[in-house]
Amino acid sequence: MTQYRVLPGPEHFLPPAAASMGIYLPNPGEAHINGVIVPEEKAYEEAARQFLMAQVPTIFPGPLVLWAWNEKAAKKAAAVRSLYETLKECVQPGQKPMLIPMPDYRPKYPKINPEVEINPNHPNLTIWHNKIDCCMFIGVHCHQANLSLKIIRGGTSCYTVAMCAQAGHEDAMLSFRDASVEKILKLGEWIRKLKGTVKPRLTSAKTSASN
Amino acid sequence: MSKERIKISPDLYDIMPSDYQDLVQSATYGKEDRGWKDIGTSKELIEQHSLCAGCPESMAFRYILASLPNPEDTVMVGSTGCTSLVFPMVAVHNIHSLFGNQNAIASGLKRALSVRFPDRVKDVVVLAGDGATVDIGLDMTLQAWFRQEKFTTICFDNELYANTGGQESGLMQKGFVAKMAPVGKLFDKVRLPEIARESGCHYVVNCTVSKPSLVEKVIRNSVLIAREIGPTYIQLYTPCILEIGKNSMEGLQEMRDSEKPTERFAYKEYVSEPAKQFLAELAAKDKERKAAAKQLAGKA
Repeated sequence: MTQYRVLPGPEHFLPPAAASMGIYLPNPGEAHINGVIVPEEKAYEEAARQFLMAQVPTIFPGPLVLWAWNEKAAKKAAAVRSLYETLKECVQPGQKPMLIPMPDYRPKYPKINPEVEINPNHPNLTIWHNKIDCCMFIGVHCHQANLSLKIIRGGTSCYTVAMCAQAGHEDAMLSFRDASVEKILKLGEWIRKLKGTVKPRLTSAKTSASN
Repeated sequence: MSKERIKISPDLYDIMPSDYQDLVQSATYGKEDRGWKDIGTSKELIEQHSLCAGCPESMAFRYILASLPNPEDTVMVGSTGCTSLVFPMVAVHNIHSLFGNQNAIASGLKRALSVRFPDRVKDVVVLAGDGATVDIGLDMTLQAWFRQEKFTTICFDNELYANTGGQESGLMQKGFVAKMAPVGKLFDKVRLPEIARESGCHYVVNCTVSKPSLVEKVIRNSVLIAREIGPTYIQLYTPCILEIGKNSMEGLQEMRDSEKPTERFAYKEYVSEPAKQFLAELAAKDKERKAAAKQLAGKA
């Protein structure tokens, strides 16, 4: 069994793909935390804890939920909004939840404003500019999510969560699989459940989300 | 084919950057008579670009994107060159190919789209520079035409390799001295429009982009003919003002000077017999549609 763990970075400029280090994906009903397979219930608790601990917990909805390309996508978008509202209700003063879109994958530089939208080719800019220390990807095509998660792990200290509709992501620090409206809402329930029990990591703006 | 398929999830609408909100609200997706006159009154399918100030290629891009008959169901295939700096800013599906491979990729793409979406019209448009079309990719360009692949090839002809500093290209005119071709070109400009005609293209046009109405007509015809009949080829003069020693304001005049009757970009058009028939039918239908719309407006 591998000793490698998927931990917040900065790991180094080109971090290895976690899969190449022996990390494998969870089976249905499971998730992984730092590369260790756990029951899904444990992952909800840990993800909620990480969100409540973060100074700038952020949700990054991708094109698969931002665009209403079918009815299910629009329902997932509503669930994402509900999760964000829950997060806002449950954090303490000083914490600043954010909802930042990834509308598409075009590397549209210099047009892009990394503070208001995230691009998979330079997600670190959005993390740095907004001092994000915990984020969750949802509705991002897997290949783009893998790229982003690796860049974030390589260059920032941000904790990454993947709410993946497929088989999950080894390169996230915590990954769910088979994401659905119910699962997104369930994470919201866990956040509500842990409200007030987690001490937020409130540091000065200078040191948060370092690098 | 309309905005029905391009909708933002209502619950996340407010967090979308305004460019995307504008695209959904006022771009001309699904508009039957879209054209260059929409520029300035509706959201364009090109954001700010990273080309040089005054670059005629940026004009060409804007006119072409405004004239595509079916942008929401069009995939553009580009290649290495100045055009590849613009494609990331374009709100039309696009693929960047290996240098010169664009027509081979477009061939496979068009066939795959026909299989995957048999009930939907999907257009493929290749847009590449003269180096990719005529030098490095000539094999792929010609083979696609020989095989009668149903897509449009547009060549932005600036008569040299512009973004690598001005090397000689096959479409450079004879005797021209460029920064990295100091001896001057010893051979004639390759006559690709003629080659295209002989290779089986059904609609071939050689012109500049100084007249937006003309560009609109040419692009529309070329895409519609490619959809129904067979390959089409458009060669547009988009001079590189930097490499020919012009100022930002002089691109348009350069194109006007080059399209005079005796010049190398005087308007030339070839239409095959099946394409002529198709265009005539199209014109008749268009006339009918406009008359019906006028009648309807009169009744209202």
